[in-house]
Amino acid sequence: MIKGKQHTAQLIILFFLVLMIILAWYAGLSTSRLINDSLIRVFMNGVLVLSLLPMLNAGAGINYGLPVGIQAGLLGMCTAVNFGCQGLLGFTAALLLSAFFAVLFGYVYALILNHLKGREEIAGIFIGFSTVYLMCFFWATAPYSNPAMLWPIGGQGLRLTIGLQDYFFKVLNHLWVINIGHFILPLGMGLFFVCLCFLTYLFFKTKLGTAINAVGENPAFCKLSGINIDRTRTMAIILSTVLAALGICVYAQSFGFIELYEAPLMMAFPAASAILIGGSKGASTSILQVILGTFLFQSVYVYTGPVANTLLMPEVSEIVRVIMVNGIILYALIYAGRREQA
Amino acid sequence: MKNNRLVPIFFLLLSAFSLYFSGMGSGFVLNEVLTRFIRNGVLVLAMLVPIAAGMGINFAVTIGAICAQIGFLSVIILQKPGLTGLFLAMLISVLIAAGLGYMIGKVLNRVKGREMITTFIMGFLADGIYQFIFLTGYGTVIKPLNKEILLSRGVGIRNMVDLVSYRNLMDEIWRLQIGSIELPIFMILLILFFCLAMTYLMNTRLGQHFKIVGEDMEKAAALGLDVDRIRIQAMIISTVIACLGQLIFLQNMGMLNVYTAHQNSDIFSAAALLAGGATIKQARVRNAILGIFLFHSLFIVSPQAGQNLFGNPALGEYFRSCIAYGTIALALIFNLRSGRFGKQ
Repeated sequence: MIKGKQHTAQLIILFFLVLMIILAWYAGLSTSRLINDSLIRVFMNGVLVLSLLPMLNAGAGINYGLPVGIQAGLLGMCTAVNFGCQGLLGFTAALLLSAFFAVLFGYVYALILNHLKGREEIAGIFIGFSTVYLMCFFWATAPYSNPAMLWPIGGQGLRLTIGLQDYFFKVLNHLWVINIGHFILPLGMGLFFVCLCFLTYLFFKTKLGTAINAVGENPAFCKLSGINIDRTRTMAIILSTVLAALGICVYAQSFGFIELYEAPLMMAFPAASAILIGGSKGASTSILQVILGTFLFQSVYVYTGPVANTLLMPEVSEIVRVIMVNGIILYALIYAGRREQA
Repeated sequence: MKNNRLVPIFFLLLSAFSLYFSGMGSGFVLNEVLTRFIRNGVLVLAMLVPIAAGMGINFAVTIGAICAQIGFLSVIILQKPGLTGLFLAMLISVLIAAGLGYMIGKVLNRVKGREMITTFIMGFLADGIYQFIFLTGYGTVIKPLNKEILLSRGVGIRNMVDLVSYRNLMDEIWRLQIGSIELPIFMILLILFFCLAMTYLMNTRLGQHFKIVGEDMEKAAALGLDVDRIRIQAMIISTVIACLGQLIFLQNMGMLNVYTAHQNSDIFSAAALLAGGATIKQARVRNAILGIFLFHSLFIVSPQAGQNLFGNPALGEYFRSCIAYGTIALALIFNLRSGRFGKQ
C-alpha cells in the first residue's frame, strides 16, 4: 500500500509537469530552451540532492542540516577566491578546500547527531539554522584580504554575494560543451555529476558502505554482529557533509556567485523534496531515485518560473515553489514516514 | 531540573551584559519589554498545551497567526471599523483557527513521534498557501469590495494594510504613567488573565488528560482515554490561542504586514518560552512570562550592543537570530538526548 502511495506522489508531480509543459507551449515559450535549462539545473543541484543519500541510508533521516555542509563549501570557496585561484585548477582547489572543511564540520555534526538517534531531522533543521547565523559572524569579521570579496567601504567583512567572474565562473558549465541543434549539452558538468553518483554507488559496494546500509536497515542486528554503529554513522554523516560542500561549489560556479550570510538558510528543503519525489522511503535509497527526483523536481522548478511570469504574476512563481517544496515534504511525512515506526 | 534554572540565569546575564554595553536607558528598555510582553504574551502561551500533551514545540502556531490575519483582512474587505469590526475579526479568525487546529491534530495523529518537524513544514506550507490566496485571489475569486487595499494591477492585496481603526482600542483603557514608564494596565491585566486561564486549564480535568497523554500514550489508552481525540483538542486549543495572540499583536501594532507579519512567530515564541526555562517536555506559565522578559530584553538591546562593541549593527541582528535558533537547537539537543533511553 505504501508503495502505491509513493507512486501516487510521483504521478501527481508528473501530471503537474505535463500540465506545465502544455501551459508553456500554450504561452509560446521555447520548449527546447526550457528542457535545456532543466538539464543544467539537474547538474547544478544534483550533488546537493546526492549529499542526502549517505545519511538517509545510515538511518539518520533526511539531512535538514544541509546548511552545515554548505557552510563548509562556502568557506572552502571563499578561501580559494582569497588566494586568487582561477580556472579549472582553481575550482579543483576550491573543491579540495571545501572537502577539507566539510570533514571537520561533518565530524562535529556527527558527534551531536549520534546522541539524537531517531530525532535527527528536527534537530538538523535547527542545527543548520544556528550554524548559518554563527557563520554570519564569521563572514562579517573574516580575515580575508582580497578586495573583490570585501565591502568596498571600510574594507572589512565579506560582501553578501561574491562574483566569480574572474575566478571559476561556470568552469564546469563551459567544459566540453556539445551543441546539438538548439540543444546544448554541458558534458563536463554532466560528467562531474555522473562521476560523483558513480563513486557514491561504488562506495556503497565497499565494506564500509555495506555497513552503513546495514546500520540504516537494522541497527539492533548490527549491534549484535559487532558493527560499531556510532562510528559507521559518523562516516555516513561526514560523507553527506562533504558531498554537500562539493554540491554548493558546483551550484555556485554555475550560478556565478558565492552567496553568503543568510542565503543557505532554506537550501535543505528543495533538496529534501527532490529526493522524496524520487521515491526515497528512508533507508535504502538508490542513486537512481536521486537522479529521477532531481530531474522531476528541477523540471517543475524551471517551468513554474516562466509560466507564472507569462500567465500570472512574477512573484507568484516563488510562492508556488514554496508550496510545492513543503507540500511534497508534508506528503512524504504523512504517507511514507509511517514505515519508521513499525 | 537543574538545567531549568541555568537557562534563565544565562539569559539574564547575557541581557544584563548587552544592556550595559548598549548604553540604553533602563526605563526605555522596560517600556519596550512591556510592549513586547503585551504583543507576544498570548502567542507564547499557545505553545504550552502541545508541550504538555507530549507533542513538543508546536511550530504550527504560524497557522494560528495566519488565521488572525485572515480575520483582520476579512473585516477590512467588508469595511467594518471599530469594536464591531474587531469582534467580527475575532469571530471569523477563531472559527477558522478551530477548523485548522482540528486538521492539524488529525495530521499529527498520523505522524506520532515526528510532530515537531511536521508542524514546522505545515507552517511553511500554510504560509505559502495563504500568500498565494491573497496575492492572486483578491480581485479574481474574492470580490475586491475594498479598493484601498487592492494592488494597482487589480489583483492582490497590498503589502501593508492599515489597521488604524482597530489600533489601540484596548490599549488606551486605564493607561498609567509612572515617571518615564507607561503602563497600559488593561492590556497587562488581559495578558495576565490569559496566563491565569492557562494555569486553570492545566489543572482542570482536560489539562490532566493532556499531561497523562504527554507522559505516556499507551498508559493513557490503557486508562481508557481517547488519546487521538485529546491530542486533537490540544491542537485546537493551541491554534485558537495563537490566533487570539496574533489578534492582540496586530491591534497593538496598528499595521498589518500582510505577507510577513506571521513569519517567525513560531521561532520567537518557542525561543522565548525555552529561555524562560521550559523544556520540550515540560512548560509552565511562569516559564512563558519569565522567558518573554528575558528573551525580548536581549532582543531589544542586542543591535545597539553590537554597534557599540564591534561597530557593526548587523552583528547584533545576526546575534539575536543566532540566539533564537540556537536556543531551540540546544533545547532539542539536550531534551531529546536525555529522552533517548526511554524511547529505545
